[in-house]
Amino acid sequence: MRASRRLTPARLGPRDVLHVGSAGLRSRPMRVFLSALGIAIGIATMIAVVGVSSSSQAKLLRELDELGTNMLVATEGQSMFSGQDTKLPKEAPGMISRIEGVESVGTTGDVAQSVRRSENIPKEETGGIGLKAAKDDLLEVLRARMQKGTWLNGATGRYPSVVLGNVSAERLGITEPGQQVFIGGRYFTVIGILDPVPLAPEIERSALIGWEAAEQLLGFDGHPTAIYERSADDRVAAVRGLIAPTANPQSPSTVSVTDPSAALQAKAATEGAFSTLLLGLGGIALLVGGVGVANTMIISVLERRHEIGLRRSLGATKGQVRIQFVTESLLLSGLGGLAGIALGAAATAAYAHAGDLPWVVPLWAVTGGFASTLAIGTLAGLYPAVRAARLSPTLALQAG
Amino acid sequence: MTTTTAITAENRHARAVVELAGVTKEYPGGVQALRGVDLTVLGGELLAIVGPSGSGKSTLLHIVGTLDRPSAGAVAIAGHDIATLSDRALSALRSRHVGFVFQSFHLVPGISARANVAEGLLYSGLSRAERGRRAERALERVGLGDRMEHRPHELSGGQKQRVAIARAVAGEPDLLLADEPTGALDSASGRSVMELLHELNADGATIAVITHDHEIAASLPRQVRIRDGEIVADVWNDVRSTAGVAQR
Repeated sequence: MRASRRLTPARLGPRDVLHVGSAGLRSRPMRVFLSALGIAIGIATMIAVVGVSSSSQAKLLRELDELGTNMLVATEGQSMFSGQDTKLPKEAPGMISRIEGVESVGTTGDVAQSVRRSENIPKEETGGIGLKAAKDDLLEVLRARMQKGTWLNGATGRYPSVVLGNVSAERLGITEPGQQVFIGGRYFTVIGILDPVPLAPEIERSALIGWEAAEQLLGFDGHPTAIYERSADDRVAAVRGLIAPTANPQSPSTVSVTDPSAALQAKAATEGAFSTLLLGLGGIALLVGGVGVANTMIISVLERRHEIGLRRSLGATKGQVRIQFVTESLLLSGLGGLAGIALGAAATAAYAHAGDLPWVVPLWAVTGGFASTLAIGTLAGLYPAVRAARLSPTLALQAG
Repeated sequence: MTTTTAITAENRHARAVVELAGVTKEYPGGVQALRGVDLTVLGGELLAIVGPSGSGKSTLLHIVGTLDRPSAGAVAIAGHDIATLSDRALSALRSRHVGFVFQSFHLVPGISARANVAEGLLYSGLSRAERGRRAERALERVGLGDRMEHRPHELSGGQKQRVAIARAVAGEPDLLLADEPTGALDSASGRSVMELLHELNADGATIAVITHDHEIAASLPRQVRIRDGEIVADVWNDVRSTAGVAQR
């Protein structure tokens, strides 16, 4: 076998390439740590920026998922001709509930009375709290929950009892059911306080009383102001087209129909658009890290002239010396990249944990980040590797 | 194993391992390190290339070891005319036909003796397992069978040089070049290293020892004396006689 006259260098297998490429790193762990740190910081920044905004977005989407996107609201609008407010017919809720696909309906009607803490407070100081009469399955349609106390029922709806939205409770200084508020010349007893209602912020700022109580005690005219309905998911579009003509067959154009989840969806979209500035900062850190790796590699080549000479004397070709140093650079930046991904993911996890968000680190960010470290490692290692390969084997052996 | 090496030794005797004809090496700036050197080394020889520092013996070592090319003249190593070979082919030639031993050992710190020897076979194209086996065999051959897992810093100077010699011979090269192999050793370790080289030669290895030490040179069968880039004497010693330098 030695008799072969053709002098072709043997190829190094992948395992051997990895072996020679990591030899220099194994002997200098501190330097490896420091130069990989630069890369790690850059990648960690980028991963954390993407991760935090994705987590925030995921939270909104999860919320949206819980609240559902199958709710529509019909409200009274303005007449196109007179410009006057047009009231929804009293029978509108019943009509809407009979549209095919509609599963539940809730109704509120505005009552022109102020809600005050006591009779000593002037009428004008409403605190921005609207009084609404509520009926049907309002709580269920909104998927709202009681923070404290109970919702209106057949009995309490006839008497001066009131349920407060969380914002109005705060403004009135009501913390517990059983306290009283002053409405239309008499005291109403607070029987419950609602949790926040993301799909209907107007409810959060309202005081809700029973339909009958409003009509009998406060002179409410009985016209609905807003009709909330939920339908099967696949019927939303069809229902949307039917609501206006059903609610007010005489002038459908005066009924406005809105989808409150659309606003939440838009918010989720903007949360997902992470800060370009921060991402750019991470990119700069990554570049600086790459320069650090290149610097380390150049020093490494200078220090290891003996080793290079030895390897050349053992029969390493220039190409094999080059690949050794490029591999070393790749390993160095790859290590930094992995550490950076772990750090960025951990930072995202900490942020998500603190803000009660789901932990989301997009796969594209991880793969993209790692690919960019490998690209940087190759670039940073190429010049030192070429220099190492060009060293004369005799010089490398003689050098001090 | 003894029989196979003996057969290989027979084969090697049949041909010249090193053939230099009119080799000149001129460095940039006009310094002539070698001036028309003619030298032939046959398979199985054990010779000293001896001269003071600055005589050109290191340059000669580099050219014979194909680490450098001559400015003029012809060089053939193991039958290959190196003028016709590319850098890649020269690397392959070194990996198969030439083994180096250096004054300062050049062992890789932090890895075992076995790994150091196996590293010498890395560019030979042998499998990982085979490299490990040959490394063990070579370490046993140099008398370090019980030091395989020791790292360089756990070995004495003489033991380190034995590891380096094991690394150089593990690939069974046609030519072993030893550059001041005892230069960094005390005299007792130096003697044992020279004994080892004699033993390897007796087993058939062709060995050239580059040295400035006349005593060492005198202990080898052939001395090539070099001064100012020229060979001034090429003598065969009677190493069996205790008289030291005996010219023929």
